[in-house]
Amino acid sequence: MAVRVQEADFDTGAEIAALSTGRDDVGAVVSFTGLVRGGDVSEMVLEHYPGMTEKALEEIEAEARVRWPLEGVTIIHRVGPLAPGARIVFVATASRHRAAAFEAAEFLMDYLKTKAPFWKKETTPDGAQWVDARETDDMAAARWQS
Amino acid sequence: MKLLYFAWLRERIGIGSEDVSPPEGVETVAALVDWLKTREPRYEHAFERTESIRVAIDQEQADFSASIIGAREVALFPPVTGG
Repeated sequence: MAVRVQEADFDTGAEIAALSTGRDDVGAVVSFTGLVRGGDVSEMVLEHYPGMTEKALEEIEAEARVRWPLEGVTIIHRVGPLAPGARIVFVATASRHRAAAFEAAEFLMDYLKTKAPFWKKETTPDGAQWVDARETDDMAAARWQS
Repeated sequence: MKLLYFAWLRERIGIGSEDVSPPEGVETVAALVDWLKTREPRYEHAFERTESIRVAIDQEQADFSASIIGAREVALFPPVTGG
């Protein structure tokens, strides 16, 4: 399945390989992995809206496939408690040529950050706090709307 | 109609979901939120800044002027912060 929401960790190498294994029409695979930043943060908890999350991610994937000629797409987002350094999100795109794969991967992340119903809560020495949405994320998503 | 609350909205209200029957005349998301605010102080506190609240009707993004007539599930939540 191209879209997965799960508590479990994932194997980035296996996910990247799966996009081109057994086929010769893929000339480029681009992947992005998002990690929990440490520093003051001792734990992060990811909450989501079961049902809508999967639907939103599938819509984002469908939108990317309309815009670019993609041979494959994988989106994985983890939920639940995560420690610093843990993988949170993975996006990979496969295409015949690199430009489409690069652009589509960036588009998927920009859209995911502003449209998929996930919420982060960080624990720092000051206590646990919900992360505020960032205007820069909205701006990053908006540039694809022209 | 089922209402769902997420993140700090869920924490302020104290529950993640509930079934409600809004009174007649409550036909939009904005009216629904206004009605919820009259129920108890915890709702008033949760919805004090509606500009920082987003909504989905039957799992599709919507806005405060959208109709809730016939909706099965209305979710209210802060701006999303995934990725």
